[in-house]
Amino acid sequence: MARAITTQKKIMWTVLSWGIGLLIFFPIMWTFLTSFKTEAAAISDPPVWFFFDWTLENYSAVLERSNYPLALMNSIVIALGSTLLGIIIAVPAAWAMAFVPGKRTKDVLLWMLSTKMLPAVGVLYPLVLIAKYFGVMDSRILLVVILMLINLPIIVWMLYTYFREIPGEILEAARMDGANLKNEIIYVLTPMALPGIASTILLNIILAWNEAFWTIILTTVNAAPLTKFIASFSAPEGLFYAKLSAASIMAIAPILIMGWFSQKQLVRGLTFGAVK
Amino acid sequence: MGRITLDKVQKKFGEVEVIPPLDLTIEDGEFVVFVGPSGCGKSTLLRLIAGLEDVTNGEIRIDGSPATNLPPAKRGLAMVFQSYALYPHMSVRKNIAFPMKMAGMDQAEQDRRIAKAAEALNLTDYLDRRPGQLSGGQRQRVAIGRAIVREPAAFLFDEPLSNLDAALRVGMRMEISELHAKLQTTMVYVTHDQVEAMTMADKIVVLRAGHIEQVGSPLELYHSPRNTFVASFIGSPKMNLLTGDIARSHDATTIGIRPEHLDVVESEGTFVGRVGVSEHLGSDTFFHVHIPQMEEPMTVRAGGEVGLRHGDTIHLHPQADKIHRFDDRGLRVA
Repeated sequence: MARAITTQKKIMWTVLSWGIGLLIFFPIMWTFLTSFKTEAAAISDPPVWFFFDWTLENYSAVLERSNYPLALMNSIVIALGSTLLGIIIAVPAAWAMAFVPGKRTKDVLLWMLSTKMLPAVGVLYPLVLIAKYFGVMDSRILLVVILMLINLPIIVWMLYTYFREIPGEILEAARMDGANLKNEIIYVLTPMALPGIASTILLNIILAWNEAFWTIILTTVNAAPLTKFIASFSAPEGLFYAKLSAASIMAIAPILIMGWFSQKQLVRGLTFGAVK
Repeated sequence: MGRITLDKVQKKFGEVEVIPPLDLTIEDGEFVVFVGPSGCGKSTLLRLIAGLEDVTNGEIRIDGSPATNLPPAKRGLAMVFQSYALYPHMSVRKNIAFPMKMAGMDQAEQDRRIAKAAEALNLTDYLDRRPGQLSGGQRQRVAIGRAIVREPAAFLFDEPLSNLDAALRVGMRMEISELHAKLQTTMVYVTHDQVEAMTMADKIVVLRAGHIEQVGSPLELYHSPRNTFVASFIGSPKMNLLTGDIARSHDATTIGIRPEHLDVVESEGTFVGRVGVSEHLGSDTFFHVHIPQMEEPMTVRAGGEVGLRHGDTIHLHPQADKIHRFDDRGLRVA
């Protein structure tokens, strides 16, 4: 049955959608604009919108004052590393839960997710002690491992959902055809789940990139990623809104661009399984 | 070689016994069909032979050597699934090559076998397509191709034709029978369709609730069903089972008369009734006849041109030597 959509209604919904979209996008846009203002213009009241002296001085100041390339590199290594490590651990785990479920599989899944409900700060003290004990404070390897552990429940959950969509008969066929477990996962399961694995990877890179609690606390200089880089501009000597904005834009630009190009994959990933 | 022996094989899912201890021997080169209503355990039995399910108790031997605890890959059997279970991300060629690749066969031999299978199955032009680009019948042929290149000890078929439309099903049925005649390899075939069972099998195993009700050639089951279950399950349309006085007059609790063993006579038949629904197939006509003293209508097969209409009175006479007699436990009385 066709639903009657009047032009009036259409306009109303369009305006509303744009309104919500702009509202959500506003902080990013404001940050972007502010990054091109002078510090004075950035804090002027009433705020100036577009008509100010556009300047790149914040960007050059930021680049001069701190080691952007190092922070960028740290972010890349930490985000990619923790995601990759997580996938390697999560694929067999999700395989087991999806294809050889036991009595407690559902409970295990819920329990894993429940660890995400724990306030992160609750394990701060033990984690810092452990890191110090192994002498890995302010190292990339520490952050790779910590962020992997933090995101692992989500990776396992997502992969589990994807794997569940794969007909078990195909894996049985592989077994009949002489594939052992390793070959079954490499030649049959992984290629079939590839779109799902790709979305999982994308989402987790974003989560790891944006993670700001552990990355800020557990690093000082050597392993400090972009989150720490931004935080360093809200320094005690005063707020430099324009420089903070420039730093923020530089930190979020890579992930924003990646997200933009992989939109389709991401949306598919987040709604996968909702409709057959 | 492909002689499969099941020795007191039992399967439980938790506390539920799906297959009570069961003995069965499948001879080398035989075409064996497991048939039964849905939920009778026929697929489970096949999966036990395949190794996709673990046996709870008992022993499976393939060519005399114990296979009970062997993983599926080590049993030397090939299986064709109901859903075809092709690898969607691989071309037809790679699908067929997969078991050979897993076995580490050399490339030249792989190519030779693929070419041979593709030719036998009319797939030569489709080798570079993906399964998604094929029709149901072609997909089923790919699944069969994947099975035959391994030259297995036996083929296992799990309702392979139930996803195909009626016309295609008849064609594939012939192709599988043809394949069996050519390869002379043991085939174990699961179906709920007794027509498939009758037309393809050397030996039919009729199952109900995990029990073997009867094992025999199609005609043995047709001519001398061991009990009322087999009697009504084998044959189409199904046998008329009658109880009461008419059965007692034959010294039985139940008698069975197949629709094709009832003659339509002019008058003074054993049964007199009214014609209900009639199904005209051209070659035959099936009448459903309502007889006053019976609860269920009787089915009668008559020629294609019998001029009887709904509501007409019909006289029927059973062929005396074709009446099956069963005792109070439903077992055949000789």
